[in-house]
Amino acid sequence: MKIWGYPRPDGKVGIRNHVVIMPTVHCASETARRIAENIKAVWIDNQHGCAQLGLDLEVTERTLINIGKHPNVAAVLVIGLGCEQVRPDRVADKIASGGKLVEHLTIQDVGGTLKTIEKGINIARKFMQEISKLKREEVDISSITLAVKCGGSDATSGIIANPVVGYVADKLIDLGGRVVFGETPEIIGAEHILIRRALSKEVSDKLLRAVRKVEERVKEMGVDIRGANPSPGNILGGITTLEEKSLGAILKAGTKPLVEVLEYAELIPNTRGLYFMDTPGFDIAAVVGMIAGGAQIVIFTTGRGTPVGSPIAPVIKVTANPETYRRMEDNIDFYIAVIEGKETIKDAGEKLFKEMIEVINGKLVKAEILGHQEFTIYRIAPFV
Amino acid sequence: MLVSSIDPKNIALVLHVKDNVAVALTNLARGQEVIIKRDNEELRIILLDDIMFGHKFALEDIPKGGYIIKYGEVIGRATRPIRKGEHVHIHNVVGLRGRGVSEVDIK
Repeated sequence: MKIWGYPRPDGKVGIRNHVVIMPTVHCASETARRIAENIKAVWIDNQHGCAQLGLDLEVTERTLINIGKHPNVAAVLVIGLGCEQVRPDRVADKIASGGKLVEHLTIQDVGGTLKTIEKGINIARKFMQEISKLKREEVDISSITLAVKCGGSDATSGIIANPVVGYVADKLIDLGGRVVFGETPEIIGAEHILIRRALSKEVSDKLLRAVRKVEERVKEMGVDIRGANPSPGNILGGITTLEEKSLGAILKAGTKPLVEVLEYAELIPNTRGLYFMDTPGFDIAAVVGMIAGGAQIVIFTTGRGTPVGSPIAPVIKVTANPETYRRMEDNIDFYIAVIEGKETIKDAGEKLFKEMIEVINGKLVKAEILGHQEFTIYRIAPFV
Repeated sequence: MLVSSIDPKNIALVLHVKDNVAVALTNLARGQEVIIKRDNEELRIILLDDIMFGHKFALEDIPKGGYIIKYGEVIGRATRPIRKGEHVHIHNVVGLRGRGVSEVDIK
């Protein structure tokens, strides 16, 4: 099956053609935002990049670099402050190694907010003109990596919406693509089902280790995960326990074998199949991690409704709750009418797959039209 | 997938033959009789509570400490006896996970 995308120098295929203004530290975020809003560029809301320890710093840098290398991104302007831990020149060099248009500025060198904004706009507008010459080409669908996510779940998520997305996931893998899902806390209580599908003992052990790590960390903190997960909204929607939420959540990952377990924001290999990424359950951080991993498109099921989008990838919002669709139609792209008896899970899956192809080929989702650019990077350690 | 389609005449759904709870597909009222299929078995349940859309009720009496089964899997344990037709939720069920491995706090 063919799709229309932007072939990139590194062999990957983009389905959007963004210029990204990327602050390497939160101190540069406002300046970066003002550059982006002056032209039609997207902006990354980076709240980190300094005073971070060990793995946290690594995660921030890896996420920024892999977002810069992302196939939906055609050009990147990196904005640093100048004294931060995540070095703007290093981030720019790593992104440029993929053959991309990249430049960087540091606010301390350029001489403050106003001069950086002016200089930044001048660079970004040239990028914008340059990338506008790129054309979509017909390529194979096996170049697509789909991230699947559920958030603001209710009882309809596990019974209907996630199984419909699972159907789409299976179909994409059959056609040679990749599917990634995450949210380690939200496989707790369902990991025994997932490990049966692991391709090797090593993959199964990695998955169990990731789950154990979350449970141990919660125990170390002397708190109870159940205060946060299921969330108050989940509970109102009929979800009683974390296990119940997890058993419904894993259905969005379909039925294919689990090829590999990845670190947060780690690049997803080219091999077709299903991948798990060790992300938090928090929607935006999970979506950002999977996009940094290379997912060009996201399908996001919601029972309660959510406006969340992404600066980098289209997020198709799906609900099987008729009341939620009626209430939040401006945020939700796709309604599944299974509960009203109007279609089967398979019919809805076929329709959602077609919708996904249209979005891949350029149809805008509601979050893109409304300008949603939510962005959060996972963090695990205290600030110093 | 556990269900492939839903008959709009159904007001509640049992997802798996092993389940001891059903999910309401519409808002249901206390005192209402629900006739529901669990595999080939037809169950008649008089609801003891109002059950909101998406919430669960018991298909049979569940003793204190008994497992709550949905999707054919354990989703928690009863913190007190639950009667057939009763609302099954956080007031009478506790999850077993998320607080260290297999730690249970049924008093």
